[in-house]
Amino acid sequence: MTTPVEILNVTPSSHHKERKWQDYFTFNTDHKVIGIQYLVTSFLFYFIGGFFAELMRTELATPDPDFISPEFYNQALTLHGTIMIFLWIVPAGAGFANYLIPLMIGAEDMAFPRLNAIAFWMTPPAGILLLSSLFFGAPQAGWTSYPPLSLVSGQWGQELWILSLLIGGTSSILGSINFITTMLKMRTPGMSINQMPLFCWAMLSASALILLSTPALAAALILLSFDLIAGTNFFNPTGGGDPIVYQHLFWFYSHPAVYIMILPFFGAISDVIPVHARKPIFGYRAIAYSSLAISFLGLIVWAHHMYTSGTPGWLRLFFMATTMLIAVPTGIKVFSWCATLWGGKISLNTPMLFAIGFVSSFVIGGITGVMLASVPLDIHVHDTYFVVAHFHYVLFGGSVLGLFAGFYHWFPKITGKMIYEPMGRLHFALTFIGLNLTFMPMHELGLLGMNRRVALYDVQFQPLNQLSTLGAYVMAVSTVPLVIAVFWSLFKGEKAGDNPWNALTLEWQTSSPPPIINFEHTPVVKTGPYDYGYHPDAKLEDPLAEAQSL
Amino acid sequence: MNIPSNIITLILGVALTWISLWYGQNHGLMPLAASDDAKAVDGIFDVMMTIGTGLFLLVQGILLYCLIRFRRKKGDITDGPAIEGNVPLEILWTAIPAVVVFTLAIYSFEVYNSMGGLDPHAAHGTVGLHAHKSPSDPTKSMIAMDIDSKNIAYGLGISSESVNQSTSKVKVTGLQYAWIFNYPETGITSGELHVPIGKAIELDMEAVDVIHAFWLPEFRIKQDVIPGRTTQLVFTANRVGQYPIICAELCGSYHGGMKTTLYVHTPEEYQKWLADNNVNTETTESQKVARSSNDGEFIFDQVKSLGLLPEIEQLAQLHSPD
Repeated sequence: MTTPVEILNVTPSSHHKERKWQDYFTFNTDHKVIGIQYLVTSFLFYFIGGFFAELMRTELATPDPDFISPEFYNQALTLHGTIMIFLWIVPAGAGFANYLIPLMIGAEDMAFPRLNAIAFWMTPPAGILLLSSLFFGAPQAGWTSYPPLSLVSGQWGQELWILSLLIGGTSSILGSINFITTMLKMRTPGMSINQMPLFCWAMLSASALILLSTPALAAALILLSFDLIAGTNFFNPTGGGDPIVYQHLFWFYSHPAVYIMILPFFGAISDVIPVHARKPIFGYRAIAYSSLAISFLGLIVWAHHMYTSGTPGWLRLFFMATTMLIAVPTGIKVFSWCATLWGGKISLNTPMLFAIGFVSSFVIGGITGVMLASVPLDIHVHDTYFVVAHFHYVLFGGSVLGLFAGFYHWFPKITGKMIYEPMGRLHFALTFIGLNLTFMPMHELGLLGMNRRVALYDVQFQPLNQLSTLGAYVMAVSTVPLVIAVFWSLFKGEKAGDNPWNALTLEWQTSSPPPIINFEHTPVVKTGPYDYGYHPDAKLEDPLAEAQSL
Repeated sequence: MNIPSNIITLILGVALTWISLWYGQNHGLMPLAASDDAKAVDGIFDVMMTIGTGLFLLVQGILLYCLIRFRRKKGDITDGPAIEGNVPLEILWTAIPAVVVFTLAIYSFEVYNSMGGLDPHAAHGTVGLHAHKSPSDPTKSMIAMDIDSKNIAYGLGISSESVNQSTSKVKVTGLQYAWIFNYPETGITSGELHVPIGKAIELDMEAVDVIHAFWLPEFRIKQDVIPGRTTQLVFTANRVGQYPIICAELCGSYHGGMKTTLYVHTPEEYQKWLADNNVNTETTESQKVARSSNDGEFIFDQVKSLGLLPEIEQLAQLHSPD
């Protein structure tokens, strides 16, 4: 990666076919169409899942269950969790991966385009099935759906939940097969695996994790389904079954699911920060391989969700050790991002704001994560608002802010239009304030004794809960500038040009939006993905002129 | 990578250390501690808060400094310096977190072990019938669990300090949406938990419908209560008072209302409570004495308060510890 910068000699394309809007509603095998389909679908579910969150926060503004019924509160928390995980963050990650991987590695499409389209077209039915459960008595047992509670609180809602997750899980397995094969087999000539952008490394790690862990979830759900509708007793203690076995199977997938949700956005951040700080990423290999380390360790930490369950002491301590180890590769990433910023020339635009916001809030989730790994402390705070605060700092402060950083960074590439900056910045400001206001007080609530998943609580916790509810409303308002920014930019935004950020990864070396075949000529890798600063004369505004002079 | 090494950095480093140390001791985020075990858990939390505050301030400080110091000047269209890494620095920030989490893991292990988490007794539903095993030998407990897997009762066991004391047993039943406490020694059944101060209380817990979790925030202990098996908690209160008992595992619509109270009494108050509640049971006085004859001290007080026959009083005195 020490070769001087040589921007690729891409022939400007003038005659590529345009996509029609109808294409986005069809079974289309173009990875870019599928990527957009995933992103649009997942953003819709972000609003739906957010709506349930706002219902819950409104209920929790007062200690009494006076806004919605306790049954509906449990339905709302179940749907909120399930939607945000399986229909927002996971498919949004798949959307970025679909759109970006072939472009980043210089391929024409994914390895299995039809499989790719099938994977996407499983997502809307999964979402519709889940939401339709509202008409049959929605599931009330939380996104974890532990038996025996899930076996006794509404048969049809629970069964629809199971079906929805089975379809969603199958979709992610198909997607990961595609991502892995594409990255391993279809890189453009001359791109070694150590020259892939870090987003690809992150997706490689996340996809491996999906392939290894999702089948365990499928097994758990199918057995739960038998218990639910066929009267078997795999997990039902009244017939001699063991509910703890379900917990092991469930968390064998669902802890890795956290890394499946965060790794893609670790990758996105690693791509956003060097571009807008105008510096090479600090420690490329350390970041790339730490993703693999997180992926491996992620498979052997699941029982830290079960320290207070039916687990013996030695098992709790084993999982404490593995869980704490994850702090090491995660710390490497956080420090590497900080070091990339250090000494750079930072443009504080919307993608960079979200990227810095990501590092800032993710580190809080990381610190509380180490605390939760400690068995004696976790026994106190397990199933309290401390845990709720922790995983929202990881999944909202981490995944979602990273998602928005990537969204604003690649928006010009995907749409060909620049984003309307003031609205993007307003979106960031409201999101960042809202998220800290909502989730910071929850740490204290949990430590002091407020359990999670309750519609009514002790009156002493009201002031902190009201602060949290206020934060939730700020986050609700933050979606307004997001929507305005997107639509304003789509219709009235400035034309972006091929490479508005003067970035070096391959997706910026084709037009915006890219032609159907991605690249007019097979791209040739002449620089590393983050070789900024090697060419002191490089002009930010005019990359192509220089490329032509070479 | 140019690491500033001047006097300002030194001052900032010292300030960061002091703030972290101060906040780690004064965060005020934990409820009152009503047992020695709770104090041990608070100790570990304080250490983690200290390290966490330091790390938080360090990262946020670096981010803020970068935002101010390393902003792109208007009109500057050149790149920053081409620094791709720094091996000593990367080794440092891999090694330091590794040492920190290793230390935290050892410390957590020690605290958990002192709370009785690895104690052999915790692995059996029938505490007291088994010969005492060394509580500090985790391998024995592992073996014991493998052999005797049908009797496994998971949870927090008897801590090493309380091994030689006798424990008072209370049977706990969790159901939607209430806790029921049964005192096998006296036959008392109650919706609230009453215990004397300074005595190890063993809770043998069962659920009749779905999974519940028994949580005592002021004691920092929690254990799921699972239908089809018995789980255990052992705790020793060191402070008189009333403390909430909370169900921490989603158990249905009114999960949030599944609460009751733990009363920690002085020994005298506790005897009075026992006596008051015994009057209401249908058993005769002598039956009660017979049932609880394995606890001398307790009988002695009870017999005195009930004014029973002198022979029984003598018998009770034989069992009394002093």
